[in-house]
This record gives sequence, structure tokens and C-alpha cells, in this order.
Amino acid sequence: MRNVVVENAREAVAGIKDGDTVMMGGFGGAGLPTGVIEAVLDTGVRELTIISNNAGASGPDLSLWFAAGIVRKIICSYPRNAEAFAQRYRAGEVELELVPQGTLVERIRAGGAGLGGFLSPVGVGTVFAEGKRAIDVDGRGYILELPLRADFSFVKGRQADALGNVTYNKTARNHCAVMATAATTVAVEVDEIVEVGTMDPEAIVTPCIFVDRVYMRKPQ
Amino acid sequence: MSSLSRDALARLVAAHLPQQGFVNLGIGAPSHVADHLQPDSGVILHSENGILNIGPRPPQGEEDWDLINASKIPITARPGCSYFDSSLSFAMMRGGHIDVAILGAFQVSQSGDLANWSTGERNGSVPGIGGAIDLAVGAKSIWVMMEHTTRDKAPRIVDRCTYPLTAAGVVSRIFTDLAIIDITPDGLVVDALLESASIETLKVVTAAPLIASGSMRTIGLDGTIGGI
Repeated sequence: MRNVVVENAREAVAGIKDGDTVMMGGFGGAGLPTGVIEAVLDTGVRELTIISNNAGASGPDLSLWFAAGIVRKIICSYPRNAEAFAQRYRAGEVELELVPQGTLVERIRAGGAGLGGFLSPVGVGTVFAEGKRAIDVDGRGYILELPLRADFSFVKGRQADALGNVTYNKTARNHCAVMATAATTVAVEVDEIVEVGTMDPEAIVTPCIFVDRVYMRKPQ
Repeated sequence: MSSLSRDALARLVAAHLPQQGFVNLGIGAPSHVADHLQPDSGVILHSENGILNIGPRPPQGEEDWDLINASKIPITARPGCSYFDSSLSFAMMRGGHIDVAILGAFQVSQSGDLANWSTGERNGSVPGIGGAIDLAVGAKSIWVMMEHTTRDKAPRIVDRCTYPLTAAGVVSRIFTDLAIIDITPDGLVVDALLESASIETLKVVTAAPLIASGSMRTIGLDGTIGGI
């Protein structure tokens, strides 16, 4: 039987290499898979492109990656109140692609769903439209937004089974469920691994087809 | 001049939300509106990070860090709450399903232009946009909730925004710590005024023409109008 459970975060990040693109789930700390923060640092990998709603704060989060200088670029909606990122950004050492939050998640959805992009009214007439193709549909202006995919998606779930079915916890679902569709390797950190067949099929949010690796969160 | 406290302003906004409406609360001051909503109003509060039917903040010691609002502050869930991913949440926002979005702002113009995102161009700070622009495009009504002036006493209500726009002509109502102002085809109409303020003093701190409503109401210092 299919079994995607791996021993720990270290195994969950195996294969990551210099220059990879990495999606990190979470809205602030909710939905952030904290286990991979240290595991990725330990691989010595560099030049990463990160796709994330935020850019860390001050805990065991993306701020440690910025402090270590392993990030080349971040595609992000709200990188404020992130001191380690801000220092690298001001020094010109990290590139920032700022994306409205709804556009960010929809670009990820398009990437996971095999779409070539989508037409959004968000940003028309603002700096967010610069350099993008403008398309008129029934008299309303839209801009073409392109899909995002990654080499790895790291997200946080509540419960998983060995097949890789996943549920989430409250507002910790945020970008996680969408990011889990859009990477070559999807690794999910969970609080609990349960027997196959015990999860309510009506309640599974991410079906196992999207999930490559599942590991247990280390007790805090 | 005295002004409304943050809580009093949140109480004032909460009392004006449409009965049975779906209302999004933006980051910062708007998120405090949830603490002042009367349960019998039927209002269902939405937050961009994936929740409908937000309750007030939890008592100290009962915070759940997987249950937070757009400001990343712990909240509670009311009966009938639902959770969903960001894509579905922004479908609600962009797709015209939200009746009113309450947003903070740096500036609002007399024609309803909204400037509320941080471009980072000033003082070397970092830019951030979040979900404000999605709401500005997609919500049926945009209400702004902000202090009437900056810390340096510069007006935030202006004839033309000098900060980069989030969206043009979208704001219909402004709640400040001094007044409620409607943006109408005739201009800025003062619908309600703090009891300790006058139209003349309000004009001094507003950089656009004001019209006093014929039926202007008075706001108490606790954020209630006529005791409500």
C-alpha cells in the first residue's frame, strides 16, 4: 500500500538543491511548518526562491533563512514586520516580488491546476499592472496573471494518513491547501498520523494524490 | 480636541454594520470591530485568512494560535463558523460576495480614492500590500476606519491622495475618531460628529470641503449615538 510517511523533517526536505523554488504555507505562524526551517538550513542549500504570504517575524520561521542568507528572492504579499528580511532587502541582497494576496494564492492555484494563468481585475490602473498584458472582457479591464509552481511545497496540516490524505486546523489552512497542489514535491507536517480509513472522506481537504511526504511535527 | 478611543471608534463602526450583512474586517484598527458587535445583529464577519463568523477575542490564556484574524491576533469562532483556504476566501472578496469591507487607510480623497498600502518608498521601509487591493476591487461597499489626522496632525481626508492609490473611487463612508463622513456625488457629507467637536474645528483638520448633513447626528465620547 502507498505510504508517504517519512521519519522527520530532514527526510521531508531531502533532494532540495541550490536555486530551488520553495512554497512555504502559513499566514503568520498559523500553518507554518516549523520543522523544515532548521532542516533546510542543515542541508546547506542556497539561492532559494521563496513563495510565501509573509517573510517571517522573529520566531523559528523564514527570518532564520534570511539571517543565514540562503534566500535570493521572495514572492510575497505582506513582508512587513520581518526584520531579518528587511535587513537583506535594504542591503539589496534579496529580490522582492510583491503580489496582492488574492492574486498570489490564485497564481499558485493556477500552477497546481495546470492553467496558463488567469484574468484578474485586481491591480488594474496601479503599479501591479505594470509589465502585464491587459485584456478586456465584456468591457471590463483585466490583467493576465501567470501561474506559480515550485520544486517543494512545505505546509502544515492537522491530521494525515499514510496515503497522504490531509486535514487542516482552523485558520491554519490558509495558503497550505493550495500550495499542496503546486509543487514537484509536497511535504506536509502534521500533528497526528492516523490509520487509513479513519479520516472522514467528506472532511479531507487535500486528497492524497497531491502529497508526497508526511511527517510528524516535533513536540515544541 | 478630544477624540474617540480605538475601542469607542470600533463600537461606532460595529453599530453601523448592515443587519445580516457579510462584513470583512481588514488589518489593524478594523479587526477590533469584532469585539463590539452585538450578537443579535446577524452580521457575519469574514477575515481574509479563511474564516467566516468570527467572534470576539478570547479571554487571556485561552488563545489558539491556529485561530487568528487578518492582523494575526487570536480570535474566537461563533456558532456556524466555517474555515476555508485562501483561494476560496479571496473568491468571496474578489467575487462580490462581501457586502462591506472595513479597511484602514493612510489617505482617502473626496472622490473616494483609497490609499492604504505601504509602498516602502518612505524612510526605507519594506512594502506590503496584503489583501486590501482585492477587497477594494471586489467588495460591494468599502468603508474606511482611521484617525482623522496623522500623528503630525496632517489631514488624512484630502482633495487628492498624495500616496499611491490602492483603488480609485471605491470608498463610500469614512469613520474617524471625530466624525462619520459619507462620500456622495455632492461631496463629503458629515453624517455624525463627535459631541466635543464642531463643523468648524472639523474643517481645520480636513483637507477637502465638508458639507454638514441637514440631520447631523452627535457621537458620544464612548462611540455611541443617542445611547446606542
